[in-house]
Amino acid sequence: MAFTSKPKSPTTDSPPPAEGPLAPLPAVTDRVTSPELTAGSFNEYVKAWVQRVRGGDSGMLPVLGGLILIVVIFQSQKSVFLSAANLTNLLIQAAAFILLGMAEVFVLLLGEIDLSIGYVGACGAVVTVATAAPPGNHPWWIAILAGLAFTSLCGLLQGALITRLRVPSFIVTLAGLLGFEGMLIFLADREGGRAGGGTLEITNNILRDLVDGNLSVAAGWTMLVLVVVAFAVFHLARDRHRRAHGLVAPPTALTALRILLVAVAGFALVAVCNTNRGRLKSHPFQGVPWVVLIIIGVFGAWTVLLGRTRFGRYVYAIGGNAEAARRAGISLNRIRLACFALGGLTAGLGGIIYASNLGSISSNVDGGQLVLYAVAAAVIGGTSLFGGRGKMLHAVVGGLVIATIYNGMGLIGLSASSQYMVTALVLLAAATVDALARRNATRT
Amino acid sequence: MSFPPGNTAWPGNPGQAGAPTNPGAAAGAELLSISRLVKRFGAVEALSGVNLEVPAGKVTALIGDNGAGKSTLIKTISGIWEPDSGQMHWEGETVRIRGPRDATALGIATVYQDLALCDNLDIVQNMFLGREPRQAGLLNETKMEREAKETLSELSVTTVRSIRQTVGSLSGGQRQAVAVARAVMQNARLVIMDEPTAALGVAQTAMVLELIATLRSRGIAVLLISHNLNDVFQVADRIAVLYLGRMAAAGPISDFDTQSAVLAITTGSPTGSPSEQSETA
Repeated sequence: MAFTSKPKSPTTDSPPPAEGPLAPLPAVTDRVTSPELTAGSFNEYVKAWVQRVRGGDSGMLPVLGGLILIVVIFQSQKSVFLSAANLTNLLIQAAAFILLGMAEVFVLLLGEIDLSIGYVGACGAVVTVATAAPPGNHPWWIAILAGLAFTSLCGLLQGALITRLRVPSFIVTLAGLLGFEGMLIFLADREGGRAGGGTLEITNNILRDLVDGNLSVAAGWTMLVLVVVAFAVFHLARDRHRRAHGLVAPPTALTALRILLVAVAGFALVAVCNTNRGRLKSHPFQGVPWVVLIIIGVFGAWTVLLGRTRFGRYVYAIGGNAEAARRAGISLNRIRLACFALGGLTAGLGGIIYASNLGSISSNVDGGQLVLYAVAAAVIGGTSLFGGRGKMLHAVVGGLVIATIYNGMGLIGLSASSQYMVTALVLLAAATVDALARRNATRT
Repeated sequence: MSFPPGNTAWPGNPGQAGAPTNPGAAAGAELLSISRLVKRFGAVEALSGVNLEVPAGKVTALIGDNGAGKSTLIKTISGIWEPDSGQMHWEGETVRIRGPRDATALGIATVYQDLALCDNLDIVQNMFLGREPRQAGLLNETKMEREAKETLSELSVTTVRSIRQTVGSLSGGQRQAVAVARAVMQNARLVIMDEPTAALGVAQTAMVLELIATLRSRGIAVLLISHNLNDVFQVADRIAVLYLGRMAAAGPISDFDTQSAVLAITTGSPTGSPSEQSETA
């Protein structure tokens, strides 16, 4: 990225034969180095981290700080905001933004953009809903597979135009934005014609329950325990494996703190969702919505894909320096194609969740707005528009921020006009904080 | 100053000397030998019958003015361009290099001036890019990190704080070291370096020159393209001077001094008389 190497102090570069291999040199100002790389103890880690934040590389701190600020403002205006019912609702609203944001991360990492995912996702939702509806009445999983296959193909097609014909992704997917809106109207009119007026009601209960359905209270807690234990075992085992092979591992206290944070956050989530959201004590309405599990599953799968496989490594490499990736023998076109297809696949999931939340899908979906929210979610979370820098987690946090604004403004009763303007301000603020931080970091 | 070809010990890396990676290839034996190489671009003859000998475990400096054909020559060796005629011998056997993969398979690694590193990836990730070891489908980070660490310490690259820092945060000399380490990891027998010190300061240049000497002490041949005669006389064992697509002069470093090298670069003859055609020494 922007960190071109500058010759540092001569002490760094003169080659004194150090005693041990890779002996750390004192006080080199490399802010871009993650502190956990060199810190030996927990205290050192915290110190290095504070130094890094001061140096301008604040990571996700501004976003999380902003999120807390927004929450405080909404809570002070409307006390229902932090109620269990509204928080669960907020999670559900965030789901579509998060999934579409994750779809966008795949292409943003390459330094490309996909403007079509909003309408592609909506088209996929129509395919899914129509497949499960009469007269076919196909089972829910066939319907979902059909929808996802359709959206993956849409991504693949656009990716092929971009890689084979070398048309810029902005142009191809801009055409996609228009073309798939047309296709959405066409599909919705044709399939919805039976029920009437370009709107398809979801007739399949499982499709509706993707968002409306809840885990039982006990199942929610069980899932929490399973996820936290899996997280803990994975991290502890990895640290131990690294130490056993003589590699630097984060201090145990830090890993413990991380596990604790995940456990606390998970506990809060399950506790909120397991609170009775219904009005009647006799008919409790509670439990973790299915969609939360779907998000966690997709997030986990894509994080492993990007962080732990060759494919993911090559995505970052292409985003960082495509020429270097090419010379390393990586097939750029294949990776790019796969990213657009995966973007389409994830967008399809987003569309299905969006439809499941509404209980129907129609030709009125504003895919243009959805895709801009998706890009905004990724960027607010910290993913770079120039490629090579970003994570799936960014889409999750960014999607939550956008949903929080959307939800809170609705609660306060502000108009759509102010909702858009506030979202715009948050996006600008996020981008500005990032730009300022990086300018500070490059100024020595 | 110059180092006699037999002296492979270098002040910075005791212990590594005398431990070549390929015991079979005695230092000084012919590794790559090129004869009558011709490369044309349309009507322009960039290389008109070039002869070049690159001995194993030695540093050969390729010098020449702009447009002399240095880049064309190394790009032909590394398989970017196919020659129009001429022969290449690798360890005595005739070879044809038709693409970069052929060159890599032989053990020729080229470190271009732009280094071809991904700034957003860390040192380990860059060193293994395109060849990551896997375990059950997932990247084997432990293996990569251990091997990267090993290679870097073998090359006496000790100034990086952590091999998990991004390459974008490294100095120019360190980046060069990562690019070279990447080549060494691919079991390179010949490392071609294109102007490795062109953009570096004094301390960084010293680091890269030491790196070149370390490569030599490990039995790896280096073909060094440089404009800087100071650097050349510091590390090279042999000098080859290209002049307008011909090998104007070539021989052990002791045959040259700065003046004769400059004369060869500018006039095509170490004695300064342009009419003389000195092929090889």
